[in-house]
Amino acid sequence: MSATDTPAGMPSAPDTAARRSPWGEVLHSLLRSGTFLTGLAIVLFWIACALFGEHFVPYDPLADDIINALSPPSAEHWFGTDQIGRDVFSRVIVGSRDILTVAPLATLLATIAGTALGLIIGYFRGIVDDVVSRVLEAFMAIPVVIVALLAIVALGTSKATVIVVIGLSFAPIIARTVRSAVLAERELDYVAAAKLRHEGAMHTMFVEILPNVIPPILVETTVRLGYAIFAVATLSFMGFGIQPPSPDWGLSISSNYGMIGGGFWWTVLFDALAIASLVIGVNLVADGVHGAFND
Amino acid sequence: MVFLGGQVLPGNVGRAILGPFADQRAVDALNHSLGVDRPLLVQYGTWIWNFLHGDMGTSYIFRAPVAPFVIEALGHSMKLALVAFVLVVPIGILGGVIAALNLNRPLDRIISLGGLSVTVLPEFVTGIILILIFGVWLRWLPIAAAWPKGAGFFTQLYYLILPSLPLFLVLFGYIARMARSGMIEALDSDYTRTAVLKGLPWRTVIWRHVLRNALLPTITVIATQTGYLIGGLVVIETLFRYQGIGSLIFTAARGKDFPMLEAGILTIGIVYAVATLIADFLYSVLNPRIRLGAEQ
Repeated sequence: MSATDTPAGMPSAPDTAARRSPWGEVLHSLLRSGTFLTGLAIVLFWIACALFGEHFVPYDPLADDIINALSPPSAEHWFGTDQIGRDVFSRVIVGSRDILTVAPLATLLATIAGTALGLIIGYFRGIVDDVVSRVLEAFMAIPVVIVALLAIVALGTSKATVIVVIGLSFAPIIARTVRSAVLAERELDYVAAAKLRHEGAMHTMFVEILPNVIPPILVETTVRLGYAIFAVATLSFMGFGIQPPSPDWGLSISSNYGMIGGGFWWTVLFDALAIASLVIGVNLVADGVHGAFND
Repeated sequence: MVFLGGQVLPGNVGRAILGPFADQRAVDALNHSLGVDRPLLVQYGTWIWNFLHGDMGTSYIFRAPVAPFVIEALGHSMKLALVAFVLVVPIGILGGVIAALNLNRPLDRIISLGGLSVTVLPEFVTGIILILIFGVWLRWLPIAAAWPKGAGFFTQLYYLILPSLPLFLVLFGYIARMARSGMIEALDSDYTRTAVLKGLPWRTVIWRHVLRNALLPTITVIATQTGYLIGGLVVIETLFRYQGIGSLIFTAARGKDFPMLEAGILTIGIVYAVATLIADFLYSVLNPRIRLGAEQ
């Protein structure tokens, strides 16, 4: 990659020592960005909880204890217990696991499908572009929740369905971003050179152009990850996503919010705050990445 | 497309309603009486024909025409959406304008960052937090949007404030951000400088010159957000147990009531198309360049 975009032929400036590779530049500005670091800290905290949380939590997040059901926060149960006596603190910590599996996988699927599609329609343009772009626009007009509702009713609920539904709903948006980046790249000399060398279309698209459109793809992917977490949480809350007995946050809220009128606020508040912190964390990271590439 | 999603994917409708242990003859009889054993193309033709004549089909679950349910639910949702819109459009625009006029000062930071953080949160999360604050701790507002029968306008409004707030928060960020960037661009333009230099009062410059140009992109954003709003309604109506089109679709999807589901989603599609049309119209009214361009 560095062979194509570092200005290797440039006469070396006096301050060569201060010059970094483009990626070093991006990394450097990321590490100086307060937004990015704050977001990263929040996201890493939840990833650590997802990976190791179950060894550190005081109670088994799935173990019920009917006698102590619905007890308010105390020294024994920091965040109280839910309607069948499960420890809310343990559930919130371990609850990051499912959403942090499903949402990134959906985003990965969206990125792969969207990038391939965007490269193809941006590179070939013409009628392929016209037809595919209109279809993608039509897809983007339908709210994700509605698409998910239909797909999940038809296919049944499972983590795989959620990943596929969210992945495919987000793919058109990434395809659109990639397409516009490719449209600019394909006019450049290195693409013309590849064509003169009689490289195939596949080679030109994936070996020549792809490395040069990585920055917009990275930015779009981090933004999409935020929306994927939003969507997964919402679907779980609606009962169409992650299924019981998982301590997933959206799911916990949906099974407990019915009793909110009784004043049992601790059964939902901490899950809601957990989702809020994760979504904001990912968006801060996305904001930082966006800033680093656009400075 | 909606029809295909509803009819082809679910498989055997009679089986889905009667459950896995029902007698096969009963399943066949039910399928026949519902008309789902006819060829697909015939079903599709009948469905479109009837829909255009106001007959949206018969609910599998209620065994009654779908249309009254859909129309009543749509009315409820419109009320909720209207409350949210009436609140968010002026306040969102005002927020964006204030932020732009205080560019890079603390007030701008607060509005921009605050708007951004509430926009990215799922509606049910902000909804839960708002219910806890205003419904459970302060006890100012009712936690379910179910007013007593025959309640007057203000009572209904009182019940609708809390459900409309999460929608408000999500939309506020988008609208304020668009209004802010539109304002910044307009404030920076040559015509604004000309207006200031020819000695017009600052107030006139803002009202007559800046705002008119700044708000055009905002209107487009508001229209595209109708699509989002519909998705948001499904969640909010479920959370607040409000009998709108969102909860109608949700219940129909859970109960595999396909005529209801199709009619609900098609209705939403129509609402979306109408909203886009209204936005285009407003845009041309406010933007003389497009209006005059069309006349030439």
